[in-house]
Amino acid sequence: MHELSIVASIVDSVTETLTAYPGARVKQVRLRVGALASVIEDSLQFCYDIATEDTVLKGSALIVKILPVWMHCEKCAEDVEIASLQSFRCPRCDEPVSDMRQGRELEIDSIEIDEVEEAV
Amino acid sequence: MTTRIVELRQGILKKNDELARSLRNRFEAAGVLVLNLVSSPGTGKTEFLQRTLKELVDAGARAAALVGDLETDNDARRLAASGAPVRQINTHGICHLEAEMVSKHLEGWNLADLDYLFIENVGNLVCPSSYDLGEKIRVALLSVTEGEDKPLKYPTLFNSADVAIITKIDIAEAVGFQRTAAIRNINEIRAGIRIFETSARTGAGMADWLAYVAQAKCNHSRIARP
Repeated sequence: MHELSIVASIVDSVTETLTAYPGARVKQVRLRVGALASVIEDSLQFCYDIATEDTVLKGSALIVKILPVWMHCEKCAEDVEIASLQSFRCPRCDEPVSDMRQGRELEIDSIEIDEVEEAV
Repeated sequence: MTTRIVELRQGILKKNDELARSLRNRFEAAGVLVLNLVSSPGTGKTEFLQRTLKELVDAGARAAALVGDLETDNDARRLAASGAPVRQINTHGICHLEAEMVSKHLEGWNLADLDYLFIENVGNLVCPSSYDLGEKIRVALLSVTEGEDKPLKYPTLFNSADVAIITKIDIAEAVGFQRTAAIRNINEIRAGIRIFETSARTGAGMADWLAYVAQAKCNHSRIARP
């Protein structure tokens, strides 16, 4: 259960970004999370509501995009998506694969904000 | 009101990753080999590490350890019996070690005086895998009492490990440990990983493990000081 520390880091990063957009309201925070990142989306959502309560992120939605695990198969000389997290094998040739190309990401992709129109 | 999308494309654990990178550079410059030990609670990390430290110290190597726990300094006291310098990190509820905790607890130690630094993580098979501590080698431990399918249940941790240790093999028979299945499952998650089967109590398998550690230190020093 380290989702709360993860959400706290998200709040810090977004707050820092927002200093460039004074008065803006955050509508969405979009994450890219690898299937092998050890993060549970439900826990993230649960912690998000609590951790954003007294911040500029209050009321915003957390959108989590889960990225499947892609490995490089040497035998096929191609990147392949593994069929299950319980078997790191190429789905085509069944050889073990150990060179990961995607699956551990834990990133803030973007945020959607409503900017205040500048007074003329 | 205008709606705007601001691209961040930023690692959420960026601060930890940056600090871990600078720790890794420090460790390499000092020529100290750093190993991060991760497992469930009760796997026998402390017993395994105590024996490892003692054997290294007895052989004249300069080894030290940081040990993470939620509370108490019991493990640090146990490990200090090996004669190696040891510091306890109390996380007070946090379920994993972070690079900052490691950095803070290294204060006052001259890393260049060390050959090996072991970091015993908090007993947890989930969270420690997300936090880079600047280690060179991540060691995943699994005891014979835990169930052979643990690597399948916690693929993230076993997939991110550089070496796997099976502990408590002295009681394998009594608990009906299925060795072939355990090794197959570890390989299913991390093909070709080095696996050591050990008992810290009887010393079985420790010589192979220590030879591996010494070799890794040798390779590491060659890179650090060409």
